[in-house]
Amino acid sequence: MSLNIEVNNQKLSAEKGETILEVLKRNGIKVPTLCHIKDMLPTGACRICVVEQRKTGKLIPSCSQPVEDGMDILTNSPKVNEARKTIIELLLSNHPDDCLYCARNMNCELQTLSNTYHVRERRIRGVKNNHHLDLSSASIVRDPAKCILCGRCVRICDEVMGISAIDFINRGSNSIVGPTFNKGLNTSSCINCGQCIMVCPTGALTEKNHFPELLEALNDPKKIVVAQHAPAISVSLAEEFGMEAGKDINGIMNAALRKIGFNKVFDTSFTADLTIMEESAELIERVKNGGTFPMITSCCPGWIKFAEEFYPEFLPNLSSCKSPQQMMGAIIKSHYAQSAKINPEDIYSVSIMPCTAKKFEGQRAEMTSKGISDVDAVLTTRELAALIKLYEIDLNNIEPELADSPLGLRSSAGKIFASSGGVMEAAIRTANYSLTGKELVQFKVKEVRGFKGIKEAKINIDGLELGVAVTSGLQNAKELLAQIKNGRKDIHFIEIMACPGGCIGGGGQPINTDENALIARMKSIYNIDEKESIKVSHKNPEIRDLYRDFLGQPLGEKSHHLLHTTYEERDVLK
Amino acid sequence: MIKEIDAILDENPKAGREDLIPLLQEIQENQGYLSENAIIKVGKHLQLPTSKIYGVATFYNQFRFEPKGKYHIQVCRGTACHVLGSSTVLDQLEKHLKIKADQTTKDNLFSIEVVACIGACGLAPVICVNGEFYAKVTSESIKEIVENYRNKND
Ligand code: SF4
Ligand code: SF4
Ligand code: FES
Ligand code: FES
Repeated sequence: MSLNIEVNNQKLSAEKGETILEVLKRNGIKVPTLCHIKDMLPTGACRICVVEQRKTGKLIPSCSQPVEDGMDILTNSPKVNEARKTIIELLLSNHPDDCLYCARNMNCELQTLSNTYHVRERRIRGVKNNHHLDLSSASIVRDPAKCILCGRCVRICDEVMGISAIDFINRGSNSIVGPTFNKGLNTSSCINCGQCIMVCPTGALTEKNHFPELLEALNDPKKIVVAQHAPAISVSLAEEFGMEAGKDINGIMNAALRKIGFNKVFDTSFTADLTIMEESAELIERVKNGGTFPMITSCCPGWIKFAEEFYPEFLPNLSSCKSPQQMMGAIIKSHYAQSAKINPEDIYSVSIMPCTAKKFEGQRAEMTSKGISDVDAVLTTRELAALIKLYEIDLNNIEPELADSPLGLRSSAGKIFASSGGVMEAAIRTANYSLTGKELVQFKVKEVRGFKGIKEAKINIDGLELGVAVTSGLQNAKELLAQIKNGRKDIHFIEIMACPGGCIGGGGQPINTDENALIARMKSIYNIDEKESIKVSHKNPEIRDLYRDFLGQPLGEKSHHLLHTTYEERDVLK
Repeated sequence: MIKEIDAILDENPKAGREDLIPLLQEIQENQGYLSENAIIKVGKHLQLPTSKIYGVATFYNQFRFEPKGKYHIQVCRGTACHVLGSSTVLDQLEKHLKIKADQTTKDNLFSIEVVACIGACGLAPVICVNGEFYAKVTSESIKEIVENYRNKND
C-alpha cells in the first residue's frame, strides 16, 4: 500500500514500513544523521535527524520513525535547525578543540555538521573529558576524548564483525566507549580489522601511524626502502584525490612511490600468485593424504586472530600459508636481498595495505627470521594518500610506470584477491591445472563473486567434487563455522575475509566515500581480470622463475621456512 | 555463608541473557564486589561478551568493582542530606582518602559508596560506617571519624 505524505509543502509517496529518513533520502532531501547506520536497526540515540511535524510542532527522529499516511513534515524549519544546532553545540561542549592536529581534519562529520549548522562560537561550555589515549593496539588508536558516543563502532564490531571488543561503559556524563574493564584495546578480543574506524564520525578511532620511522628511513642514505602494494590499493587510492571511485591508478601509484623515494616498488599481487601456488598445492596434498577438511584460507590477519581467539578447534583447518604481505616480506629479505647483494638489515620494507590488521600481522613474532622482521612498516591506503600529499605529488601530472621486476609482475588471478571470493577463484584455477594438466574453459566462478555474506559453489575437477564456500564480515563466518560444527561435510575449502566485501572494504580504505564506491572497486578488479591475458597464477613467468631459481617447488624446504607459518590459541578478554 | 562464584553459576545452569543482572547482584552480595574474574566467568556462563557485561554492570550504580575496605563508608546523597551539604562532605572524604566513590584505598582500609536516602533524614547529612550511623557530619568531622577508625586499626 502506498502512503501519501507531505514534506516541505511537496507531496511524496512512501511505502508502508519505510522510515521517514528513507523516504527523504530517496527524494533527495538531506537530513544529517550520527547514530544511524544504513541497513541496521535504528537506536534513536543522537536525535540530530529530527524533523518537525507541522500540525503538532513536535520534533521526531526521522531515522527511527516509520512514515504514516497523511504525515506533514518540515525538514528545515527554524525549530528543526535550532534543535540540530543545539545538539551539535552540546557535542562540541566537551570536545577537544584540536581539529588542526586531528587525523580526521577536513574529513570529520562533526566538523562538517558544525559548519553546516553555522556554529560560530562556543555557547555551551562543558567539562572537557580528559580520557587517556589508548595506544596499546598495534593497529588502532583510541582517543575517547573525541568520542561523541554515537555507538556506530560498537554496533559494527558486534553486529557485522561478531566480536564485541568494545561497548559503552558507565552512564550519563561519565559514559565512554571502550574495551572490557576499560583496559587497553590490546587486552581485548579486537582483531584490528578497523571497521570501527570506517564508521567513526570523528577522530576518536584512527589507525596507528608510523610516519616518523618511515620518513627517517626514506632520508637515510644507507637504507634501501622498498614498497609493496596490495591488490586493492590501485583501485581505491583515486578516491582520496577526488577521482572517480574504482579508477585503477596502478601505474601512477608506482610512479608516485618512486618520486617519494622508494628504491623499489613491488606488487603484492605477485605474492598473491605465490600464495596460490602454495595453497593449491596444500589443498591437493590434503586431498591425497587425507588431511584436515575443510581447509580454510589464511590471507586475512583479522580472520586469523579471530580464529585464534574464538575458534581454536579450527586452527588445524587453516592453511599454513603466510599472507601475501608476509610472503613478499620474506622473499624481499631473502631472495631479493641475496640477488641484489644487499644486507637484509639495510632493507626497510614497507607494505601498503587496505587493512589495519596487517599492521598487527607485521608485528607477529612468527613473522620474523633470525630476528629481522619480514615487514618493517605497514601503511593503509589512507596513509599512502597522506604521504603522497606530504610530498606534494600531483597525480594528474605524472606518467604511469611499471612495478619493479622481479616481484612486480602478476597474473590477474593475484589481482582478484582484493575482492571477497577472489582467493577462492584463483585457487580453483590453479588447482584445476595442477590436477588435470589442463586449463579451465571458463575461468570465472560467478557463484563466489559479489557481496553476499556467504557464497557457495560446487566445483568438479576431473571427477573430484569440491564444495567451496566464501564468506566475509565475520558475523557471517560465525554462521558458516556453526554449520560445519553441526556436521556439514559437503564443504572442503573455505575463504574467509574479515571485512565485508573483502579487502576492497578493508579498514584502511578511504573513509566517507560514496556508498557505491565499494561496488565500483569490485567492478574495477574484475574488469582487470576480464581484460588481461594471464589469468592464472601458475602462468606468471616471474613465479616460474622464482621456483626455478630459488624456491624449488611448492611446499618444498625453502617454502616451508619462508612462506608458511603456525597459529596459536590466544587468551584474550572476550 | 559466602558462596563462591562457581557455586552461584552452578546453581543457575540454565541462566540466559535476561538473568544477567540478578546473577551479578547475587555475586556481589556474596563477594562484596564484582571482580574481573567474576565478569569473565559470567561471560562464559551466559555466552555473552565481557564488554557487554562490563557495560551493563557499570551502567548501574549498585555494582562495585573493587572489594570493600575494612571500613566501608556509605555517604547518603538523598535529598535531605543533599540540601544540608552532603556533596561537600563527599568531596572532602574523597580528597582525604585520595579515592573516589566506589573505590577502595590501597591499604584496603577504607572504601566509599554513595547511597540514596538511608532513612535517617532527621540526622542529615548522614554517613554510615560498617553499619554505624554518624549524624550531622561536616567536612571537618568526617576527617575525625575516618582517623578514629584508622587509629582503631593500629
Ligand atoms: S578493529 Fe575491528 S575488532 Fe577491533 S574494535 Fe574495531 S571493529 Fe572491533
Ligand atoms: S568512537 Fe567514534 S564511532 Fe565509536 S561511539 Fe565514539 S564517535 Fe561513535
Ligand atoms: S541519526 Fe536518528 S537519532 Fe541518531
Ligand atoms: S536523605 Fe540522607 S538519610 Fe534521607
